[in-house]
Amino acid sequence: MIRIGIDVGGTNTDAVVMNGNDVIAGVKSATTPDVMTGVVNALKDVLAESKMDASAIDVVMIGTTHFTNAVVQRRDLAQTAAVRLGLPATASLPPMVDWPEDLKKAIGNHTWLAHGGNEFDGRVISPLNEEELLGIAGEIQSRGINTIAITSVFSPVSNEFEKRAGEIFAKAIPGAHITLSSEIGRIGLLERENAAIMNACLRDLSAHVIEAFRNAIAETGIRGRFFLTQNDGTLMDAAFAEQFPVLTFASGPTNSMRGAAFLSGVHDAIVVDIGGTTSDVGSLQKGFPRQATVAVEVGGVRTNFRMPDVFSIGLGGGSLVIDGPDGIKVGPTSVGYRIKSEALIFGGSTLTTTDVTVAAGNADLGDKGKVGHLDKDLLDRTQAKILAMLEDCVERSRLSPDPLPVIVVGGGSILVNGPIGGLQVIKPNHFGVANAVGAAIAQVSGEIDRVYALAEIGREQALNDAKARAIDAAVAAGALRESIEIVDVEDVPLAYLPGNATRVRVKAVGELHVAGAKNAA
Amino acid sequence: MPRDFKILEEADLQPLALGAALLGTGGGGNPYIGMLRTRELLRKGAKIEIMPLEALPDDAWVGECGGIGAPVVGVEKVEEGGECHRAMMAVEEAAGVKMSAVISAEIGGANSMEPIIVAGLAGLPVVDGDGMGRAFPEVQMTTFFIYGAKPSPAAIADDKGNVVVFRDMVDMFWLERFARDVSVGMGAGAGFAVAPMRGDFIRKTAVPGTVTQAISIGNTVLSARAKHQNVVERIVEETGAKLFFTGKITDIERNLVGGFSRGTAKISGVGDWAGSEAEIAIQNENLVLWVDGEAVIMVPDLIMNLELETGEPITTEMLRYGQRVAVIGLPVHDLMKTPRALEIVGPAAFGYPDLTFKPL
Repeated sequence: MIRIGIDVGGTNTDAVVMNGNDVIAGVKSATTPDVMTGVVNALKDVLAESKMDASAIDVVMIGTTHFTNAVVQRRDLAQTAAVRLGLPATASLPPMVDWPEDLKKAIGNHTWLAHGGNEFDGRVISPLNEEELLGIAGEIQSRGINTIAITSVFSPVSNEFEKRAGEIFAKAIPGAHITLSSEIGRIGLLERENAAIMNACLRDLSAHVIEAFRNAIAETGIRGRFFLTQNDGTLMDAAFAEQFPVLTFASGPTNSMRGAAFLSGVHDAIVVDIGGTTSDVGSLQKGFPRQATVAVEVGGVRTNFRMPDVFSIGLGGGSLVIDGPDGIKVGPTSVGYRIKSEALIFGGSTLTTTDVTVAAGNADLGDKGKVGHLDKDLLDRTQAKILAMLEDCVERSRLSPDPLPVIVVGGGSILVNGPIGGLQVIKPNHFGVANAVGAAIAQVSGEIDRVYALAEIGREQALNDAKARAIDAAVAAGALRESIEIVDVEDVPLAYLPGNATRVRVKAVGELHVAGAKNAA
Repeated sequence: MPRDFKILEEADLQPLALGAALLGTGGGGNPYIGMLRTRELLRKGAKIEIMPLEALPDDAWVGECGGIGAPVVGVEKVEEGGECHRAMMAVEEAAGVKMSAVISAEIGGANSMEPIIVAGLAGLPVVDGDGMGRAFPEVQMTTFFIYGAKPSPAAIADDKGNVVVFRDMVDMFWLERFARDVSVGMGAGAGFAVAPMRGDFIRKTAVPGTVTQAISIGNTVLSARAKHQNVVERIVEETGAKLFFTGKITDIERNLVGGFSRGTAKISGVGDWAGSEAEIAIQNENLVLWVDGEAVIMVPDLIMNLELETGEPITTEMLRYGQRVAVIGLPVHDLMKTPRALEIVGPAAFGYPDLTFKPL
């Protein structure tokens, strides 16, 4: 299988061509304001470098920050109706109660509470009231809203009310974009509802973006299928991504960590991804990033997505180096993408970490003559500072006293030239485009999150049921059944409850089954 | 009655939630939802006074209330809002009294907010104190019950309008058992109120000043973070707590016993504790801390697990392999350390009959 992986970042758009497990070519090009031009350029460049014909490409995998940025910058967001089923429960907190005011305003703050919802054990809180929902549909329509997010209490346990309400709205408002919370999040009403609303408000944008990606790919003559990467490092096909843009959030750090594992062949390590402005540091367990256990905020909104537990510091290849009265200060200010004009080695007037690295003879880049005047003491102290900053965050990400290696990737990897905190450093080939490699090798997953009453069915049977459901979900998402592995099983007893109610979460991951991928572009 | 009590402001809520989570000693649930509910009430114009214990007249009736159920249910089935208030009104009716103030059963965790919400709905002040000075899992574990509060009439109310009154309870253990069963029938999340208590009794038995203490601890954490200070150190300085261990979680074991999640967390020392090993027994709260085999803190003293860098309290449900934690200990109020109290909340009551309580 010949595949192209693309990572569309804020500064660079990286692309790689892979044949099976071999990286044939990798390029970096500038991200353009319209994004698509940058993607077309990256595709053309990487095809040229690989000397592949566009027709040979089977699959294109794209990791993008487009949707995260839209929320963070509050742009291109649709007016959205948030409908919650749960009355009389949940009346104390309306939808979006914990959102920043400007974001709430950007999507109109249209909220409704209706009857419905389930208890933890599946019992009904109150029956669905179709007339009530039709009334809400009328109000939504009269406000000219075409995007609806539906959240029902305990829908991860039973999603029938959400589905039924979705049907009612779809019939009443033909062509409406409808997001059901049970398709996105896990237990935790406000966080799941927030994710569903954010997904809904991105649906108009996602239709345009996916279309533009599709056109960019077609423009280069590639006829292969097209996928986007999710925040857990797995793939969704274009049609699915159009429906669930919110699942692309935080896919960038995940892709670079997965890419680092793949390129180095090391699956348990600390990964340091050094970019132009920041370094992301995270822990890799069995080839996957460790997930954050606390609620993660996106654009000021709490969500409970499966996000990698990544720690960021203001250290990158463009970080400013300032020698002040308190000693050397590195970052967090950075020249970012202007490094090509502002760093000393490129003829600029700003001293950056890259200049120091080149002056110390640790990288061959730009015009070395322009940094010949820097004195050795300054170089030594700066490099010691950089190392101390990296040591600190590597130490914070370590999960055990075992001497795990540190995999360094990203364009700023040149800053590292030896062990960090006594740990072995691995700089794999193609380290600069590890994130695009991570996108290219992404797999397909299925996850379930349910509460079982163990008094009724027993732990063994509950886990087996959960695993079977997770495998089916992975197959439905396009995984090859024979390749599927259960990568994560977690069962947490619900405290304070008799009857041994236990919440079980299982994740299954498998290789992409290209022939079986549904709705491919 | 003097009426110049502190008024709860929106700016107090985040610190209160943070301080309450800390005093929850790993249990008690997350106060986040309750904080949002209180904020909604304040924004709708509710005025909530925090009344010092000594301002309570002898003959005032005080209502103790809180949520009962599973914390994980609370984050999914958010309250209708009036559950605890309806339970308290049912108690008032059954007892034939009117409450003058509301008090929290436990300042630790989610239940720190519930009486404040009731106070807002009922137009009553909330007493600056509680029945534990921390969090504990069961109804009978409050100072009020330990020192003789009546177990009935009590009441429990759900989101749908169901209210169950416990008219005659033989003792607080029966009340705990029945209330727990009814709460499960109500979806494992309900509002609970116990028999009215007189002002003179509350003044003698409540752990004093805990609402303002929680706010102050929260403010300490927030200001330390804002000033990039060592949060754990600042908490220790401000509260009189002591740092007992820092390390990384190397193993978590959980078992379900009698409806409660029990287990142990093993911690491998870092920094000053490099080379040492610690273990924490957890039920819903942190119960005992052993360092290198020696029990150094035990219930009812407070064992608090904080994230080493941020000082964020870690609930026992959130404990994960690899977390870097600081374990600090805080002496519980004297009311919780009498022989009578230790029968209910000492190590033996939590399944450690071999441990003799050694106060901090």
